[in-house]
Amino acid sequence: MDDLPTNTPPGAIAVRCVGVQKSFAAGETTVRVLRGTDFTARAGEMTFLVGPSGCGKTTLISIIGAILSADAGSVEVLGFDVRRARGGRLADFRLANLGFIFQQFNLLPALSAAENASLPLVAAGRSTRFGERAAAALLARLGLEQHLHKMPAQLSGGQQQRVAIARVLVHAPRLVICDEPTASLDAESGHTVMELLREVALAPDRAVIIVTHDTRIFEFADVIHHMSDGRIERIEGKSIAPSEAHA
Amino acid sequence: MLVVALRMLFGDATKCLGLVFGVALSTLLLCQQVSIFFGLLSRAASVIDDAPEADIWVMDPAVKTIEVPYPLRDTVLQRVRGVEGVAWAVPFFKASTQVRTRRGTLDNAIMIGVDDVSLVGVPDRFLLGTLDDLTLPDAIAINPAGFRLLFPGEELDVGRELELNDRRARIVAIVDASPAFSANLTIYTRYSLATRYTNNGRNTLSFVLAKAADPSTIAAVADRIAAEMGLKAVERATFRRETIGYILATTGIPASFGTVVLLGVLIGIAIVGLTFNQFVMENIRQYAALKAIGVRNGWLLAMTLTQAAFVATVGYGIGLAAAAGFFATAGQSDALRGFRLLPEVAVGVALLAGVIVLLATTVSLRRVFFVDPATVFRG
Ligand SMILES: Nc1ncnc2c1ncn2[C@@H]1O[C@H](COP(=O)(O)OP(=O)(O)OP(=O)(O)O)[C@@H](O)[C@H]1O
Ligand SMILES: [Mg+2]
Repeated sequence: MDDLPTNTPPGAIAVRCVGVQKSFAAGETTVRVLRGTDFTARAGEMTFLVGPSGCGKTTLISIIGAILSADAGSVEVLGFDVRRARGGRLADFRLANLGFIFQQFNLLPALSAAENASLPLVAAGRSTRFGERAAAALLARLGLEQHLHKMPAQLSGGQQQRVAIARVLVHAPRLVICDEPTASLDAESGHTVMELLREVALAPDRAVIIVTHDTRIFEFADVIHHMSDGRIERIEGKSIAPSEAHA
Repeated sequence: MLVVALRMLFGDATKCLGLVFGVALSTLLLCQQVSIFFGLLSRAASVIDDAPEADIWVMDPAVKTIEVPYPLRDTVLQRVRGVEGVAWAVPFFKASTQVRTRRGTLDNAIMIGVDDVSLVGVPDRFLLGTLDDLTLPDAIAINPAGFRLLFPGEELDVGRELELNDRRARIVAIVDASPAFSANLTIYTRYSLATRYTNNGRNTLSFVLAKAADPSTIAAVADRIAAEMGLKAVERATFRRETIGYILATTGIPASFGTVVLLGVLIGIAIVGLTFNQFVMENIRQYAALKAIGVRNGWLLAMTLTQAAFVATVGYGIGLAAAAGFFATAGQSDALRGFRLLPEVAVGVALLAGVIVLLATTVSLRRVFFVDPATVFRG
């Protein structure tokens, strides 16, 4: 019971990073991207991570998402010590608990919208029929009931991103991580996608982390972490207790 | 997930076709060339195969192949007949000769002279005439391919006459001899006539064919003939193997076919490898996304192998069908007659096709395995 979590009470801390460090080798030298970064995200909230290009946002959420390993510090995601596990166990953890939304939608071009959205369920061993039924229900909630059997190439960017959201939410992950979800979209589609994300992805026991440059969508944030040069510099938002701002 | 793998493959029709085509091409090339190779080799032993009655071939100790006989003394025949355990022994004459075709050109022919009385050594596959017709004066039998060589465009027929070494020869029968290695025309006649039809005129005994009284003692009888007479006496299968071995050792045939086979494998690996690699490269973000979602490497391996298995199976099937079609149609011509798709070759090529596809996918598989799921976040 020490690793795979089953439940997160509302408002509980979903992600806690303390003193995370990460460097990349760049030829002869190493680039220190994260220099003891602290970061927290709560269930029931949309946590934004913003900052100038290259400050380490993607690196940080990759570590939180258990697809990149930190060099130092502690990373606890949904009560799971990500740094202690590796390989297959991490994959299982992601499959069971996490959902990713990317700037590039990364849909499989050969699969229809419904099939794409059913992938996490199918990968977790559910039947294709079960998966597609669940996916269809979600796609309908996201306003895509007319497009279930279309291929990604037949859909607009906003529609593809909605399929990607359905793919994430189909297995009800308790942490959704988005990197620039609206960067490839026009203002209106971006707005729609964010509204849907808020409506569908957010729940009292679910956390959403969004990395973005897009100031047009800041209004959807509960908390905004401003990052600069590998550290969180400033936190603004409704639910910040002063003690946490410098945890 | 395996269905997803196939859908990914079908989703890129061009590459899917390219992959299948690559395997099909290799399969066709390998099946065709290897079958022709074995066909050619067995042609070398056609004269031996067409005399299945003979258990033992007796020859000069220096002889290594039926293609190059050396004359034996006339007395050898009687002495072989006297060896214990020999049921019968007959003379067998084989030589190369030239015949003038109706167009006036010269062509190579295999002249086979068989025992005047028993006529052992003529295959029992008469299309026109009978074995007994060979006892008529000046009688010869020839094979259909030889007939078409001598009389292009004419229907198979008996009764025509030829001049062989200024002697009259009358075609009394058409016999379906196994295609030979060194000539398209095979002439069967009686031993006494054959020595006259070829230029030497002397009584030259190429081989003595012998039958063992007891089939279980063939090897022992052969050894006894060899020991008592200081000659070489071997079982039919041994002589067949030696004849084929001689071709393998002294001609460029194995090297040239070997090269083609190697090229077939390399072309297959190149086409399939490059195409598959490109396919994986184009889908690498998708693979990374699947990994990020939490699909384990084991599943990605299974998915890739499923794609490979599909390509291998369908490509092999198409290539095999094409090879079978080739032998069914081209195999009717005189030049390619007797060549057929050997089941052993089909099985062997199936394994090779599997190896080709596996080798070709290994590199791509590494990419899939080591793709960093974190790349999905990079633009
Ligand atoms: N795999 C890697 N190898 C080497 N350097 C890397 C790697 N990934 C990231 N970096 C470097 O780390 C730094 C931070 O990258 P990161 O992608 O986290 O920034 P970011 O805040 O997401 O920027 P952006 O807003 O442009 O997406 C950059 O200087 C980048 O070049
Ligand atoms: Mg980034």
